[in-house]
Amino acid sequence: MSRVLPTLAKTQAPLASATAQRRLLRQVPVARRFDQALADADLFPLTTGPIEVLQLNLGKRCNQTCAHCHVDAGPDRAEVMPRAVLEASLAFLERSGIPTVDITGGAPELHPDFRELVIRAAGLGRRVMHRCNLTAILLPNYADIPWLLADHTVEVVASLPYFQARETDQQRGAGVFEESLEGLRRLNRLGYGRGGELVLNLVTNPVGTFLPGDQRALEARWKQQMLARYGIVFDRLFTITNMPISRFLDFLEQHGRTEEYLARLVAAFNPAAAAGVMCHTTLSVGWDGALYDCDFNQMLELPVTGAAGTIFEAAREALEGRSIVTGPHCYGCTAGAGSSCGGAIA
Amino acid sequence: MSDTSPPAGSSSPPGYYHHHDLGRFGEIARGAPGLAEKFFDYYGAVFAEGALTVREKSLIALAVAHTVQCPYCIDAYSKDALEKGSNLDEMTEAVHVAAAIRGGASLVHGVQMLNHVDDLGM
Repeated sequence: MSRVLPTLAKTQAPLASATAQRRLLRQVPVARRFDQALADADLFPLTTGPIEVLQLNLGKRCNQTCAHCHVDAGPDRAEVMPRAVLEASLAFLERSGIPTVDITGGAPELHPDFRELVIRAAGLGRRVMHRCNLTAILLPNYADIPWLLADHTVEVVASLPYFQARETDQQRGAGVFEESLEGLRRLNRLGYGRGGELVLNLVTNPVGTFLPGDQRALEARWKQQMLARYGIVFDRLFTITNMPISRFLDFLEQHGRTEEYLARLVAAFNPAAAAGVMCHTTLSVGWDGALYDCDFNQMLELPVTGAAGTIFEAAREALEGRSIVTGPHCYGCTAGAGSSCGGAIA
Repeated sequence: MSDTSPPAGSSSPPGYYHHHDLGRFGEIARGAPGLAEKFFDYYGAVFAEGALTVREKSLIALAVAHTVQCPYCIDAYSKDALEKGSNLDEMTEAVHVAAAIRGGASLVHGVQMLNHVDDLGM
């Protein structure tokens, strides 16, 4: 795979449209609808509890174009969170008392106000998480970011599909693995991933159409391999299932494997995972300020129901207890041991 | 596994193996259900974490699958090995182990040939 490819949006591919993705997903025959699977497990309807995580998606700009990206992020994307939305998000964070802010993208550090966001969110006493692709922090204008993160005890959640170049580069682009190692070494040198307060967690997702394995077993092997091969340490390994959205959905379609993959997810439906899905406790904010139950619904343009639609009028009490918008893609979070931004669930 | 082509080297007729039949394995319990139950219980116990890890067992299964040339098993344990975190190098080495044992099993019988040659010679 080349280092960087045009996004679906750039090439005006049919599945660049969220509407087209939703239509396609609805048309794929499945053994039972997701809502029925929930009902069979006495989990219907899914509703939210107290919001514990405010996830801010700062936009679709990224220095990579990973083959599985559910955001269709890339260098050719212009969508970035406007200043007014960022201010409204910080104001909501302050007045709501939500304990954790999870900053994602794209590569969120490419946002011009990323540094200020980190400083102010940390200043509010919140736990701040940064979803890091490990290569953006190597770019000349962003090389200070690791120090900023360390200074504010930001938790780093870094993507790395595998502990070898072949698999990682196949999914993330040629040369990404070696650069990712350099990013990890810089974080390690600052004290990240050594079991202290500077938390460095890795996220692995399958390089293909299979499900992730047992998180605990994989973590043990990864720790051993990363240390022995590269001298790199980290705290936790999270497994995440590839979501049939955007570029991964396009990949499935290109290879005629959409139905097969959905069937795999459906067959692996796990009620225990469904009971613990992250959308129970997450509020996701889009780059334009629209509110969603999760980042995946955001990319499918499925906004929250029954409450304020944007961060400008968001009120925590009105958003808690809302019904969660679901669809066939939700099988991605409930398959096997489950999948969330914090890894396996069950 | 192809739905229409027999596996290479197979004497089975075209269309004999269908990948979706793997998912029907449990139907074997339509007859002699008690035996099926014992088998699947045993199977599950064999592949549980033990003195060997589940990943190591998966690689062994992949190698054996190639030795017995079971299309269902190759499908199942190719996916399973990936899910257990193995990579293509490890999986290929496992298949080479199977090939080496299988090839070696033929070659070592050459000693039998030598014995006969010696018996028959002058």
